[in-house]
Amino acid sequence: MVRSKMLRRGVVVAIAAMFALVGFSGTAIAQDTIKLGVAGAHSGDLASYGIPSIRAAELVVKEYNEKGGVLGKQVEIVTEDDVCKPEVAANTAAKLASEGVPVVLGHICSGATKAALGIYKDANMIAMSPSATNPALTQSGDYPNFFRTIASDDAQARLEVDFATKKLGLKKIAVIHDKGDYGKGLAEFAKKFLEESDDAEVVLYEGVTPGAVDYSAIVQKIKRSDADGIIFGGYHPEASKIVMQMRKKRMGTVFISDDGVKDDTFIKVAGDYAEGVYATGPRDTSKNPLTQKAEKEHRETYGSDPGAFYLNAYAAAIALLNAIEKAGSTDSDAVTKALTTEWVETPLGRISFDERGDAIGVGFSMYQVRDGKYVEVK
Amino acid sequence: MEYFFELFFSGLTRGSIYALIALGYTMVYGIIELINFAHGEIYMIGAFTALIVAGVLSLLGFNELSILALAALAAVVYSSAYGYTIEKMAYKPLRKAPRLSALISAIGMSIFLQNYVLLAQTSDFLPFPSLIPDFHFLEPIAHLITSAEVVIVVTTAVVMVILSFLIKFTRLGKAMRATAQDKDMAMLMGVNVNRVISFTFIIGSATAAIGGVLIASHIGMINFYIGFIAGIKAFTAAVLGGIGSVPGAVLGGLVLGWTESFATGYVSSDYEDVFAFTLLVLILIFRPEGILGRSTTQKV
Repeated sequence: MVRSKMLRRGVVVAIAAMFALVGFSGTAIAQDTIKLGVAGAHSGDLASYGIPSIRAAELVVKEYNEKGGVLGKQVEIVTEDDVCKPEVAANTAAKLASEGVPVVLGHICSGATKAALGIYKDANMIAMSPSATNPALTQSGDYPNFFRTIASDDAQARLEVDFATKKLGLKKIAVIHDKGDYGKGLAEFAKKFLEESDDAEVVLYEGVTPGAVDYSAIVQKIKRSDADGIIFGGYHPEASKIVMQMRKKRMGTVFISDDGVKDDTFIKVAGDYAEGVYATGPRDTSKNPLTQKAEKEHRETYGSDPGAFYLNAYAAAIALLNAIEKAGSTDSDAVTKALTTEWVETPLGRISFDERGDAIGVGFSMYQVRDGKYVEVK
Repeated sequence: MEYFFELFFSGLTRGSIYALIALGYTMVYGIIELINFAHGEIYMIGAFTALIVAGVLSLLGFNELSILALAALAAVVYSSAYGYTIEKMAYKPLRKAPRLSALISAIGMSIFLQNYVLLAQTSDFLPFPSLIPDFHFLEPIAHLITSAEVVIVVTTAVVMVILSFLIKFTRLGKAMRATAQDKDMAMLMGVNVNRVISFTFIIGSATAAIGGVLIASHIGMINFYIGFIAGIKAFTAAVLGGIGSVPGAVLGGLVLGWTESFATGYVSSDYEDVFAFTLLVLILIFRPEGILGRSTTQKV
């Protein structure tokens, strides 16, 4: 007990000291800079998710400053560590607000982001996360000041549903999943989106047992439901069994699935039966010159390959600074307007933001198996 | 009504798959009262042998039918050799030991074989060629039942008939039944018990290998783990039908297949296992010896 008390006291002192230090450096900053807050897990066991966002911000800011800054002012980075904990994130947010930071790149974890967003909203600040994927952050509508450069968890389901109803014009859809967290989660979103739209109806919603020897009963059930398309949430072993048994039973039903199926093993196993199957997968940006440049800069400056969400953070930094430039001020309404109306070139491609704050042009693409390969469907 | 028949046929296929594997379980149990947990792995090894042989033969340009025949033959021979060796290595030294020791040895063998194939063949699913060609005369009902499914159903029936005949009407069968009733007495009567038991394992492994080839070419993919899942369900089928009884294994497999199929079709596939195992529990409550099992009094 004594030990833990001492430990706790030590942690409190350390945190207090940290704040004090940041506070001093904050007051020392001259007024004619534009401050870019970078908040997230910069230490602790999730630091590997947060550090790349600092590095991305540093590289982007360096480039802007060399070109003369934004709106004629130099950009200055203010980092705050939330160690991915919601209770710490609220404090760091208050800290950034009191320093007059207009835009924040962060936070990293969904829970911490949520805790910080209310404070930013009250302080009229903009936050943009490179990595928080929780759907509610944008969809709840509670945080009009929040943006992100990563697709939310339900983006795949949204893409699948839109593709099925709008592009393929399917009217009756069977939603099947493998009862796992990932597959069922996606299937639940797909079902919800289908029910919300009037374009198509869900004629069947069921889970299959992973690893079962044979799926002919569920295949018959799909046939009886008269579905013209299937949205499957799960991984490729079950998907290939279902697809093969459907095709062998002479069913041509459209099969749409997720990045658990967008795997070359699926094509290898299902062979000719895989032809025509659709699957969503992360957009390939490796050929984008900006991506190559961002990765090269990282290697030259830090001597290693970039970490997780580096490109998302890089894109977020560019999007934020670009929006301030276009808005002509750091006023949050003006910046919000610029973010939702202006398009900007980033390593993730040409992006803008929708009214909820999700990036348009980021995230997943639809692929189709053609001649034994996944080909992006434009 | 058509939907009923569709579910009936898918239950029939699934049940036949279980039955084909269950036959081996039940044979071995019938003779030496050992649940051979490594049986599912024999099935898996049969499928892998067929995959390798079929790959080589198709490179050499053999035609479809001869590939199927030769691959199945190779699988049968190879799996039988495994069955024979496993019995000699893992079960025979424990024949006088308590029954639980042999059971644990069987589980150990199962884990060993799975991991051996995992190391030798990776954990990825490998595509298995459709060795069974599409029959033209089945085209009008291809939406109901495919050629591979027909072959599985027919093979299960044929294997069941052959095994029943073998046990009832041949000298070997008589020796098997004698061994099953009383090993020591059979030995005194001049039955070579060791050889009978070896034969039982060879026959059981051969049926597993045939199952492996046919089922893998129906499903179209294999990995080291297929034997475990199929083995659990086949074991359930054998218990359901009355372990030790050859027709019981087939009946048990079919009842299990139909239960799962109709549960999926009329209720929800989320609960197919729930229905299958509820049925097992119910049958074991009211008929502990299984549907076709003989109730034997405990030997004193």
